[in-house]
Amino acid sequence: MSLEIGSGLTIGLILLTVIVVAALLITVERRLLGFWQERLGPNRVGWQGSLQVVADMVKIFTKEDWVPPFADRLSFVIAPAIIMSVILLSFAVVPFAPNIGVVDSNVGILFVLAMASLGAYSVMLGGLSSDNKYALLGSLRAAAQMVSYEVFMGISLLGVVALSGSFNLRVIVEAQAGGWYVIPQFIGFVIFLIAGVAESHRLPFDIPEAEQEICAGYHTEYSGMKFGMFFVGEYLGLVLVSSLITCLFFGGWLGPGFLPPIVWFGLKSMVFVAFFILLRAAIPRPRYDQLMSYGWLFLLPLSLINLLATGALILSSQ
Amino acid sequence: MYTLIKDTLLTQVRTLWLVFRKLFSKADTVEYPDVQPYMFPRWRGRIILSRDPDGEERCVACNLCAVACPVDCIALQKGEMEDGRWYPEFFRINFSRCIMCGFCEEACPTNAIQLTPDFEMAEYVRQDMVWEKEDLLISGTGKYHDYSFYNVAGKQIAGKDKGEALNESPPVDVRSLLP
Repeated sequence: MSLEIGSGLTIGLILLTVIVVAALLITVERRLLGFWQERLGPNRVGWQGSLQVVADMVKIFTKEDWVPPFADRLSFVIAPAIIMSVILLSFAVVPFAPNIGVVDSNVGILFVLAMASLGAYSVMLGGLSSDNKYALLGSLRAAAQMVSYEVFMGISLLGVVALSGSFNLRVIVEAQAGGWYVIPQFIGFVIFLIAGVAESHRLPFDIPEAEQEICAGYHTEYSGMKFGMFFVGEYLGLVLVSSLITCLFFGGWLGPGFLPPIVWFGLKSMVFVAFFILLRAAIPRPRYDQLMSYGWLFLLPLSLINLLATGALILSSQ
Repeated sequence: MYTLIKDTLLTQVRTLWLVFRKLFSKADTVEYPDVQPYMFPRWRGRIILSRDPDGEERCVACNLCAVACPVDCIALQKGEMEDGRWYPEFFRINFSRCIMCGFCEEACPTNAIQLTPDFEMAEYVRQDMVWEKEDLLISGTGKYHDYSFYNVAGKQIAGKDKGEALNESPPVDVRSLLP
């Protein structure tokens, strides 16, 4: 067995790395938020608080695995599993490096978008089955937000697809050898960034789980490891969106030769992860109707115009 | 259009930049149990009873602090010494009720009761939150070093008759004023 696309070793390593990185992000986010809020953040457990995630995990694993008696048991249990599995499945098409990846799919982008749509089921089922008004409100908001932001998340990527002529993420990365797509597709990049934040319901678009308004939203009733899966799922989504931005707009693994491709990929992705955490530290949450009208009335027309302009430019240059 | 972009987009970018700069600024917090934060002298923390420069208790058991206390956490009983000084026979503060409002310090006419910057007031046993006079009394003068109530007040005690206090004129014989 060796490191090649689709080998068992590669798949296992990717799965392990992605989950460990997502768990470590819990600590990283708390530290970074601390620095940006002029405090220190957790720095007691291990060197500079690096083992904080272990303490958190021990706590979350040893909690009672509790299903409320009024909840719909089956959907309550499978909801957190859905979000973990769809996001992990999305990583299957992400090209980490020329020889690292799970599949070389020629419908990579479509697969990611489809999995993101399936993720909406997780929050809907979680909120509905909890039989809790806050959870219901949260899942209502989550469903509406994810459905509306998926529309132009897809459209914003069509510019990249038109430029590279492929849905295959590997082909898209290799097509950026001459120049990153962030330059011709800057509007698409910004729209994808915003939609990505909304898709992974991170602040400032964490309206489905807005603590100040509706407790924890759709995972109000969850505790223990089921909550942990929602929690890690959110960070997995963060890593996924960051790595997708890296692949689609910032040349994926491409970079000067003094570092191996996988390191370039990781560095670029981590920059975006840090940027998402900065967004959380800096930007307040919009109102729910502001979020919806912003999406439908501003971002959707903008992404359509961007797509039309890209198409016209490609046609005129032929 | 420009105003719209400025108000919606550029302000957000500016916020991001301002918050990002905080990465390089020193944290406002300290690692408390290892590093003691600086406590300002006027901090309203644990209550003490101070003594005057001669080492006598300042408290004259006037009960004003107990009256001013909004949560009724102060209890005391007046006693009188042979030389005429008043003093508290017992003085009890229930710190589990105290809200550190400082009204007692404001009400005190003799600067006896004072709030200090000590904030580490946790106890394992609830009864340990109730402090008696011997726990509350400190050996020093607290925040006011020269003040001694009986030296400036007109109250007559042994060794100091009426009119002998600082800035006090001798008592007037009212009969001499009669026409």
